[in-house]
Amino acid sequence: MSTRPPVTDWSTDFDHLDPRWIENPYPIWDELRQKCPVAHTERFMGVYFPARYEDVRAIAYDTEHFSSRRIIVRESPPPRFPAPPITSDPPEHRPAKTVLLPAFTPDAIKSHEPRARAICRELIGRFEQRGCDGAVDYAQEIPVRVIAHMLGIPETEGARFRKWIYEVLELGITDNAALLRATEEMNAYFADVVERRRAAPGDDLVSYLIGTTIAGEPLADKHILGTLRLLLIAGIDTTWSAIGSCLWHLAQHPEDRRRLVADPAVIPSAVEEFLRAYAPVTMAREVVKETEIGGCSFKPGEMVLLSFPAANRDPAMFPDADRVVIDRTMNRHIAFGVGIHRCIGSNLARMEIKVALEEWLARIPEFDLDPNVPMKWSEGTVRGPRLLPILFG
Amino acid sequence: MAATKTLHVRVDRDRCQGHNRCKALAPELFELDELGIAREAGDGTVPHGLEDKAWLARANCPELAVEVTEDDNHR
Repeated sequence: MSTRPPVTDWSTDFDHLDPRWIENPYPIWDELRQKCPVAHTERFMGVYFPARYEDVRAIAYDTEHFSSRRIIVRESPPPRFPAPPITSDPPEHRPAKTVLLPAFTPDAIKSHEPRARAICRELIGRFEQRGCDGAVDYAQEIPVRVIAHMLGIPETEGARFRKWIYEVLELGITDNAALLRATEEMNAYFADVVERRRAAPGDDLVSYLIGTTIAGEPLADKHILGTLRLLLIAGIDTTWSAIGSCLWHLAQHPEDRRRLVADPAVIPSAVEEFLRAYAPVTMAREVVKETEIGGCSFKPGEMVLLSFPAANRDPAMFPDADRVVIDRTMNRHIAFGVGIHRCIGSNLARMEIKVALEEWLARIPEFDLDPNVPMKWSEGTVRGPRLLPILFG
Repeated sequence: MAATKTLHVRVDRDRCQGHNRCKALAPELFELDELGIAREAGDGTVPHGLEDKAWLARANCPELAVEVTEDDNHR
């Protein structure tokens, strides 16, 4: 990505793949909030970037002017691969989401908590004495294994899943061939799983999707495969990024770390605050009808980067928005989006992050970033540490 | 005659998207249906002592779906 022309003006020429944006976007968003507040770029064939909470919220609610049929900003429009319900608009959205909801309620997710806890302990048990890479050896392994467990596929498939995710969410932004290849490979992989589950159903999400109906009709194979691709892509590097950002923060803030070690009851509220301050997910919408929001006119055909992370740092909504306050009492953050596309996996993600922190802090109360090995942030629409060298004790 | 305020919570089910913040913060005051969509427990009357939880639920709902109202009861 180093060959991209450098950005000279964030408000008229922003680029979310610019190394400065990847490294530390928060000052850029502050500047945009004061200057624009909706930035625009001609890059990626035209994209808007609302930086204020109220504008992000207004767009998320406005399904008439903003469609979810494209949810990732790419260099060129890719062939469409519907992945219901995330790529669905009303009226198709509601039934596609409703069929999934029962599998993701807090109670349904609670049944996976013991497995998540065992996974975390197993991973910590494999660490060396001195330290680990918090992103590679811990954060990324947890959601991969949990989602594999929920889909009833081997937890050892992690490397394959991560390759697809990288190709879809990072490489795929500039490389359509990589996106296409990953999608075809995922379809082939899941078609095989679906076929085997049809023959021998189990107590897993794939069997659940095969057995469920919309208006009395079973889901078409294309719908099932799209939803399975979605669960895999959306369920892994998002949560991995969130867990990694929590560890990154705690490594550098001994006062927060020690408080959570001393009083684990604060962990749930700290998780919400980490989700606010380090929200990993930026979605996108396609403008389908001209409209005006935040004093900016949105032209059909262009995209909108819907940055929940930027909304969550808006000081008009959150006093001291750039400070992490682990017991913040008023926290209407939208890390999981807002409106009809609220992340269906939010209860799962919250459970995984909470368990990951509880298990880590119980065994590794003291840790620090390794000053001799640089950490690395992801590039793309999900923000989180990809390398996070940590020293214990 | 002492005036005590009784709070009532109500979930606007058209707004609720199932973030589950109210249930997590005030489990005594809210229930979830089989889709994870919230509603107030019982008739929404907040037992004395749980007022802070009612306000907390309201202050953390991203959809602004939790309403809290106050009644003046004279005893």
